[in-house]
Amino acid sequence: MRRPNLPLLSLALLAGLAPASAADLQHTAALQAPPHPIVDPLGSPRWDDMRKLFFGDAPVVFDERVRVTAPRIAEDSMNVPVTVDASALGDARSVVVFADFNPIVKVLEFQAAHARPSLGFRLKLQQSSPVRAAVLGSDGTWRVGGTWITATGGGCTLPSAGSSSPEWQERLNQVSGRIWSRVDGGERVRMRIIHPMDTGLAAGIPVFHIDELALADDSGRTVMHIRPYEPVAENPSFTIDLPPGAASGGKLHVTGRDNNGNRIDAWVTP
Amino acid sequence: MTPRLLAHALLSLALLLPALPAHPNDFDYRLAPRMIAEGVYVLIGTTEDFSFANGGNIVNSGFIVGPAGVIVIDTGPSRRYGEQLLATIATVTDRPIALTINTHHHPDHFLGNQAFPADTLTATPETIRGIQSEGEDFNNNMYRLNGDWMLGTEVVVPGKTLAAGRTTIAGRALEFLHLAGHTASDLVVIDHDSGTVFAADLVFWQRAPTTPHADIPRWLAALDRLAAIPAQRWVPGHGEVSGDRSPIRQTRAYLEWLADTITRGAEAGLDMTEMLETPIPAAFADLSLVADEFRRSVTHLYPAAEQAALER
Ligand SMILES: [Zn+2]
Repeated sequence: MRRPNLPLLSLALLAGLAPASAADLQHTAALQAPPHPIVDPLGSPRWDDMRKLFFGDAPVVFDERVRVTAPRIAEDSMNVPVTVDASALGDARSVVVFADFNPIVKVLEFQAAHARPSLGFRLKLQQSSPVRAAVLGSDGTWRVGGTWITATGGGCTLPSAGSSSPEWQERLNQVSGRIWSRVDGGERVRMRIIHPMDTGLAAGIPVFHIDELALADDSGRTVMHIRPYEPVAENPSFTIDLPPGAASGGKLHVTGRDNNGNRIDAWVTP
Repeated sequence: MTPRLLAHALLSLALLLPALPAHPNDFDYRLAPRMIAEGVYVLIGTTEDFSFANGGNIVNSGFIVGPAGVIVIDTGPSRRYGEQLLATIATVTDRPIALTINTHHHPDHFLGNQAFPADTLTATPETIRGIQSEGEDFNNNMYRLNGDWMLGTEVVVPGKTLAAGRTTIAGRALEFLHLAGHTASDLVVIDHDSGTVFAADLVFWQRAPTTPHADIPRWLAALDRLAAIPAQRWVPGHGEVSGDRSPIRQTRAYLEWLADTITRGAEAGLDMTEMLETPIPAAFADLSLVADEFRRSVTHLYPAAEQAALER
């Protein structure tokens, strides 16, 4: 049976009020300690909560091969550019991205079926926060990388620009995209989808966001699968890289839907 | 020594003095008006970001003393700045304020308006609209950045619109150009008597230009207009006064590089994080705040460039 999760501070206060035996405290501490204690290189006071939330009792290591690239300071907290790249890990198919201090911490997940395990996107930051990517390896271990981004805030509780203008309603879920050849013989795909991506945290505006997105080649084979959550920026834009031969060549098919069931269905061409 | 020679000597001396640092303890900006021509004065701010250390005094303001009154060009970043600017003007002349101009709607150029007679406040119609719509947000942001230096600062919207063209104000022959590009409306003041151009934020000198409301093609066109003016000296919005067109050339070169870098990046399919890793060319490496301003400019300008590349 698990003991209730009292923060250390309240344990100390309890100890002060009614002195418990040293053995008691030690016992409590031992039960509370994570199975593989590790020190968060970003020094975030929220790390322990993040760990419980995303990984439970599974083993976790910090690994610099999980690269999260972002500006140190976010000029526009509604559109903070981030690139996650786990391709230095041999096996990295499934990636989750989260921001410790956002009111909604989970940003997105992606499965790089045949694409490189990397993704460029933009997110909303409510305040300065670590932004982290975690990759589940086939050995059952989570590998985590991240970076602190300083933000002036307001990103998640401000209404999207789209919510206040009727324009998006006519263009909802429209996709613009393009494919480039990469020097390595692979391809780069960039796409942008018209959507307000409302978090539900701005007064009077219900949650409304794309929650499913897949990219397939013209033979129907899925190369990338993305599950965006509320913190992904308005009119989401994605950068995806395909290794040589990952797609059957030519155009790519984008499909998906938002949480209201509106469908996304478009082709991206070179 | 004749008054003219004296003025010249003072001017030469003033050019040698570094800008005095602000002292946060007493909230005194230590504004020191510098005469750059007969009746023409400037107050040169630091080439920094807004901060509690500088109280927001990162901007140039100026005033021209005409036979019948004073023309003020921009009122600074706070009520305190406006009050201290007004007090400073009174040490130079006892003539009344005839006209108080806001060259554009950025907060460091109009948040001192409170200190000046309300019926002298003037700007272009677009600038007035900009102050009306964005002034409060700017002011809140300035409180956050500059702290108690901002105490009591409120947005005051100019009530009079300023027409373009030649005119005489307080007995002084002036010309106003309505240009744009740094923002939707950038006012340039030309003092023909002295050959002085107050270029506002269309021109930066040894300090990287800022682009939160920029339209670079319009900005470059405005620089062409400025370069064609026969003048003795140029007062940039940020940076030192110059006796030649170097600041115009530098601002143009930086903006051309910035626009070209952003367009090429979008056309090559770069992600914004890759765009941000662009090295700053040696020609601009010494501009104050160039790394920060480049990062901000990518945030401001890249989304439209990449959208153009995707919707080609
Ligand atoms: Zn400006």
